[in-house]
Amino acid sequence: MKVLVAVKRVVDYNVKVRAKADGSDVDLNNVKMSINPFCEIAVEEAVRLKEAGIATEVIAVSVGDKSCQEQIRTALALGADRGIQVDVQGKVEPLVIAKLLKAVVDKEQPQLVILGKQSIDGDNNQTGQMLGALAKMGQGTFASKVVVEGDKVNVTREIDGGLQTVSLKLPAIITTDLRLNEPRYASLPNIMKAKKKQLDVYTPEELGVAVTSHLTQVKVQPPAARKAGIKVKDVQELVDKLKNEAKVIS
Amino acid sequence: MSTLVIAEHDNNNLKVSTLNTVAAAQAIGGAIDILVAGGNCGAVATAAAAVPGIGKVLVADNAAYAHQLAGNVSLLIAEVAANYDNILAPATPNCKNFLPRVAALLDVAQISDVTAVESADTFQRPIYAGNVIATVKSTDAKKVITVRTTAYDAAPATGGSASIEAIGAVHDAGISSFVSEEVAVSERPELTSASVVISGGRGMQNGENFKLLDGIADKLGAAIGASRAAVDAGFVPNDMQVGQTGKIVAPDLYIAVGISGAIQHLAGMKDSKVIVAINKDEDAPIFQVADYGLVADLFAALPELEAKL
Repeated sequence: MKVLVAVKRVVDYNVKVRAKADGSDVDLNNVKMSINPFCEIAVEEAVRLKEAGIATEVIAVSVGDKSCQEQIRTALALGADRGIQVDVQGKVEPLVIAKLLKAVVDKEQPQLVILGKQSIDGDNNQTGQMLGALAKMGQGTFASKVVVEGDKVNVTREIDGGLQTVSLKLPAIITTDLRLNEPRYASLPNIMKAKKKQLDVYTPEELGVAVTSHLTQVKVQPPAARKAGIKVKDVQELVDKLKNEAKVIS
Repeated sequence: MSTLVIAEHDNNNLKVSTLNTVAAAQAIGGAIDILVAGGNCGAVATAAAAVPGIGKVLVADNAAYAHQLAGNVSLLIAEVAANYDNILAPATPNCKNFLPRVAALLDVAQISDVTAVESADTFQRPIYAGNVIATVKSTDAKKVITVRTTAYDAAPATGGSASIEAIGAVHDAGISSFVSEEVAVSERPELTSASVVISGGRGMQNGENFKLLDGIADKLGAAIGASRAAVDAGFVPNDMQVGQTGKIVAPDLYIAVGISGAIQHLAGMKDSKVIVAINKDEDAPIFQVADYGLVADLFAALPELEAKL
């Protein structure tokens, strides 16, 4: 079966992002960009399904301008077979990304779509679920285990206080959580091979999707800062402070 | 203007996150109703009806909603949403699972993790792990919103007497089914609603050492959390994770033990009222947000702290 995996180009997770002084947006000049960590886990899961003989082809798709081809190539180096870039400029809202992905799903007819549960830039945690609604597919979000059995997939999900397992009819949507797997590193030969793999580019018009906007970013600002605290010299002083100064314990 | 609040519950108890969400709904203003979707969830509806200021409690009590499967519950909420301007739910793992489906069905954006209401169409929300607060204005006629529960004090739970109205509509999309659930039974309070949280990080060295936190948690009535590093290292399960991609907590007292203070962790706890950090590395970034920092070997400090409490 075909597996479609969505990847997003985001600011590297080690970068501390700041608001621009004029509050118009975040400052992304010269910052390192990477594949979103949860998308990397999604790629790894898809590649493992292929290695296990369950998936026949893994397609990596990204929605963004030309620069996101770099992240598609990363996915190809990790083991995806071919790539698709949906060429859009600027910020795209999750609903529109979900519509574009739905159009790709219609074209490619994958049995499984794997996405990261959230991207670490917008922190929205929406796209997979929205795609599920638009494609009328079942979803297993926040997955920590995926088992394909015949025309179904069992997904074990991270929930409050533990784990829940749901059974989904294929085709289905999965969004990844941290513990699903540990992504591999791409080897140099695979990075070289990835450069030659097929990468198709579609425009939203070709996919029949209007790129709309439902939200306007009015401004961005730094969060309220905490005022600096103090260092205590030992456990006794800590307990005294908590009791008598902060009054949070009795 | 009218707002529908989606109740967070386990079919027996109304979760306090629902009350945080009611508080956010009150900040928007207008009439507020609560929807309880579940199976054998009558007790939850009764509890929701006791929340002051609620117009009515809509109850969809059916096996199809018993496990709040996203495919089913989203169809129900999208249908009920026809009568409301705003759909609000707490940003819990459960509601995060189905609410974006509702937004897509209604063809509107979802505004995730709202921390402040500026006006009926303008909201604040954290982005980039809380390093930046964005103010966003919605152009949708209907707004679908998840509320960061730590940003709102819970509305009162009792004193009201809303009417309870049953919804007959049954939506079973037939695309997913519940198999099983393993939920750890704990005597401790839940992480997201505990007034004291003690968390361990990579400095704990292994899962066994997390037992060092137990005695202190017992004495303080605390929940136990962990950093992503501790989860990644396999010390403890992921549902204990506090941070950008885990749970967001804001207790009265947060004690970080052996946690360096990566931005992803700070995103989950920096709104705590009092923060204590215990770490042997005096340059650890956690000390920049700590009200009280103790530079010490946690293996010596924890037993001593437990003894002195």
